Amino acid sequence: MGVEGIGARVARKEDKRFLTGKGRYTDDMVVPGMKYAVFVRSPHAHATIRSIDATSAKSMPGVIDVLDGKQLLADGIGNLICGWMIHSKDGSPMRMGAWRPLAHETVRYVGDAVAIVVADSVAQARDAAEAVVVDYETLPVVTDTLQALSEGEPQIHPEAPGNLIFDWELGDAGAADQAIAAAAHVTELKIINNRLSPNAMEPRATLGIYDAGDDHFTCYTTSQNPHLARLVMSAFYNVAPENKLRVIAPDVGGGFGSKIFIYPEEIVCLWASKRTGVPVKWTADRTEAFLTDAHGRDHVSTVKMAFDSNNRITALKVDTIANLGAYMSLFSSCVPTYLYATLLSGQYAIPAIHANVRTVYTNTAPVDAYRGAGRPEATYLLERTIETAARELGVSPAELRRINFIRTFPHQTPVIMNYDAGDYEASLKGAMEAADWDGFAARKAEAERRGMKRGIGMSCYIEACGLAPSAAVGSLGAGVGLWESAEVRVNAVGTIEVMTGSHSHGQGHETTFAQVVAERFGVPIDSVNIVHGDTDKVQMGMGTYGSRSGAVGMSAVFKALDKVEAKAKKIAAHLMEADEGDIVIEDGALKVAGTDRSVPWSQVALASYTAHNLPPGMEPGLKEGAFYDPSNFTFPAGCYICEVEVDPETGQTKIVQFVAADDFGNIINPLIVEGQVHGGLAQGIGQALLEGVHYDQSGQLLTASYMDYAMPRADDLPSFTVTTSNTPCPSNPLGVKGCGEAGAIGSPPALINAITDAIGNNELTMPATPQKVWAAVHSAH
Amino acid sequence: MAKLTMTVNGRQVSGTCDDRTLLVHFIRENLGLTGTHVGCDTTQCGACVVHMDGQSVKSCSILAAQAAGSSITTIEGLASNGELHPVQAAFKTHHGLQCGFCTPGMVMTAVDMIRRHGGNLDEATVRAELEGNICRCTGYHNIVQAILAAAAETGGVRQAAE
Ligand code: FES
Ligand code: FES
Repeated sequence: MGVEGIGARVARKEDKRFLTGKGRYTDDMVVPGMKYAVFVRSPHAHATIRSIDATSAKSMPGVIDVLDGKQLLADGIGNLICGWMIHSKDGSPMRMGAWRPLAHETVRYVGDAVAIVVADSVAQARDAAEAVVVDYETLPVVTDTLQALSEGEPQIHPEAPGNLIFDWELGDAGAADQAIAAAAHVTELKIINNRLSPNAMEPRATLGIYDAGDDHFTCYTTSQNPHLARLVMSAFYNVAPENKLRVIAPDVGGGFGSKIFIYPEEIVCLWASKRTGVPVKWTADRTEAFLTDAHGRDHVSTVKMAFDSNNRITALKVDTIANLGAYMSLFSSCVPTYLYATLLSGQYAIPAIHANVRTVYTNTAPVDAYRGAGRPEATYLLERTIETAARELGVSPAELRRINFIRTFPHQTPVIMNYDAGDYEASLKGAMEAADWDGFAARKAEAERRGMKRGIGMSCYIEACGLAPSAAVGSLGAGVGLWESAEVRVNAVGTIEVMTGSHSHGQGHETTFAQVVAERFGVPIDSVNIVHGDTDKVQMGMGTYGSRSGAVGMSAVFKALDKVEAKAKKIAAHLMEADEGDIVIEDGALKVAGTDRSVPWSQVALASYTAHNLPPGMEPGLKEGAFYDPSNFTFPAGCYICEVEVDPETGQTKIVQFVAADDFGNIINPLIVEGQVHGGLAQGIGQALLEGVHYDQSGQLLTASYMDYAMPRADDLPSFTVTTSNTPCPSNPLGVKGCGEAGAIGSPPALINAITDAIGNNELTMPATPQKVWAAVHSAH
Repeated sequence: MAKLTMTVNGRQVSGTCDDRTLLVHFIRENLGLTGTHVGCDTTQCGACVVHMDGQSVKSCSILAAQAAGSSITTIEGLASNGELHPVQAAFKTHHGLQCGFCTPGMVMTAVDMIRRHGGNLDEATVRAELEGNICRCTGYHNIVQAILAAAAETGGVRQAAE
């Protein structure tokens, strides 16, 4: 590894602009003639729209126009879609209800957009939005996941009778039932995975610009995948054909999944820009973010885990109901199915698994992928269950996991996934050593003398990243391929630009992708620019989510680098009259191996562009592109250990240590990887301890501000101990697995296992607020 | 409408805005200094922190008119002669930022925190002092490291000068 190559702990190139206030986020964009939009949103969770009267709003100061859903429909703008087809077990397709970008007949959750006001200033637009008179006839409401399926509940979409979207299964029910009937022990649990709000600190924003001269649209937007946004807005929403639509996702202030999806606002602002003839910018306030950003999780499950007399797991049977909210968001259907049930084998050799998943509509915000997406739900279910089983069986939690670990690879699970590599014992051992597991008893006794209840809990997670082999996901219902593309452009002076379809919104691609190039050609990372986030600059791409940028995005760069390297070597061999096979690249020069003959990298680059002396028949230039379609998912895995002290008087939980031992395969930049783990842990701990979205019976969102939704703050969290044990991934050229979601996936069960250990009561739901913990302490026997 | 004058990053500026305009919007829209961010609508997140007459304030929680006549420093005014302020440099070294959205507010808060506590900061104090700044990316671990490192450095420099 060079000082700036693969594995180097280099500080980020992009930091300077963020640290000096020079970042460029969507809301920072100002273009001539730009006006501001505010959306009129439904205050009711379920209602029919009788009429919309914008007469007085339109005459208010500064107002350009007020547009509604009927006009949008008349202009042919299409419905929002869910891009992953799931079939129920009876073979019928999922029942997708219509989602209009602006509702004109029925509103289905508080925050549903019904009109857009465009005005000279945000304040004027807001004043006018309040003056738009919408006559609603309210309808009965259902928000609760379980209740949505009950007899007599309100019907949310005519397409989905009984609010059931699909009833899907994976695995072999008969085999699981048989094993459960024959088991020496069966552990049964009810598991609730609480609903979360993603809360990227930058609220969503979009700026739609219509150019009448060219009949062309430009969309600045807070997106994790601008190319996908362009594709979907063109192919499905009829906003504009792809060649007439440029989508730019500039600096984006965090995503965590919530900025994957195409929302009504970007469609409506583009359309409104054409209707009004002015550029239209909309920026969500935090209340709107809480109301309308796709939420995460919200599963209710029951689980049975069967053991033989040697404490080996013989079967797992899971029944899950997942709440998808009022409309099916872009990837909502794949989260509780192929990103969830396929991971239910965890790190364990389980011969029979069956999962049944029903998804339901409710009068709540749409639910879709949020950091981990399906995998945290699987991990929480599995790791709470095995921990409970260990307590019931009287076996140590580490031992029970060890007995059941998968130890040979590749390993085919009964739920589709084929694990390519891993060493679960290594991360378990690493975590237990780092946490001084053996010293826990003494620490517990000491805490007891202070009147504190100390507990320790672990979680051994696995996830599937590197989404995903296109043909495989296509056969499972995905509407898109999940490859990635890259283009490496060597300039005549030897500096390098890399165009990537991956998008960086905090992950540090401008540094790590440059490190991959630096490793290859021995050039400084400062001479490498990573270009992303603009459909006019970058060829097609699939964007950043599911920890895929390293495994898929960088692999595409790697492939393009192969081609550049091959051509550069040909040129160098020609210049030095040597054999192409003898050329090696070292320290920024191309050398004839075993001699002192060499040409600097910059000279080869220049030669490719002057084209005065190239090998016969060679095209000028040094620029190559590649598409990379992964051959398999990658399987990051690890062991997390959490130690807590609970104050029985107050129910307050204090995390006294948190250890993460991860196997991410090869690591490009440890500084950045650790940062990703820290951030994921904070979100997972937030889920377990603090966060929860709550609607009341009438569908009003009770947690719509930072006064009500408990975000993790600095003093809620400890410093973390992060270690890695690296089994290279055999499925991609860099041997990387992905690290973006692990922290959020592995941490919630470790924390709840620790608290339930401390208080001696296994009945505890997330978030484990002091009130709940106090009640659990005092009802423990 | 209010007509106001204030000093921002050492330069005298004036402008006209609605009486109801918040300082953060005046800074972002009238002055075009977009480094100061808006992350919430309940004065909770701290993305908007600037210094007013040397003290950190949430610029979303005061009116522009209230800041008339004062001296404001925003994130754009922190580095001098192209050199990062020690707190900015520490954030870079310790990877105290990811998406960068909370960063300007974090840095301005940290500068004020170090001014008040000098080299005497410890982890618990830093975490308590960060109560008003939310970061969704970093889990705070590296932000805390960066602030402690900058405090030690600045405190050390002070001692050396004494
Ligand atoms: S924008 Fe000022 S505290 Fe959030
Ligand atoms: S770095 Fe993204 S919110 Fe703090």
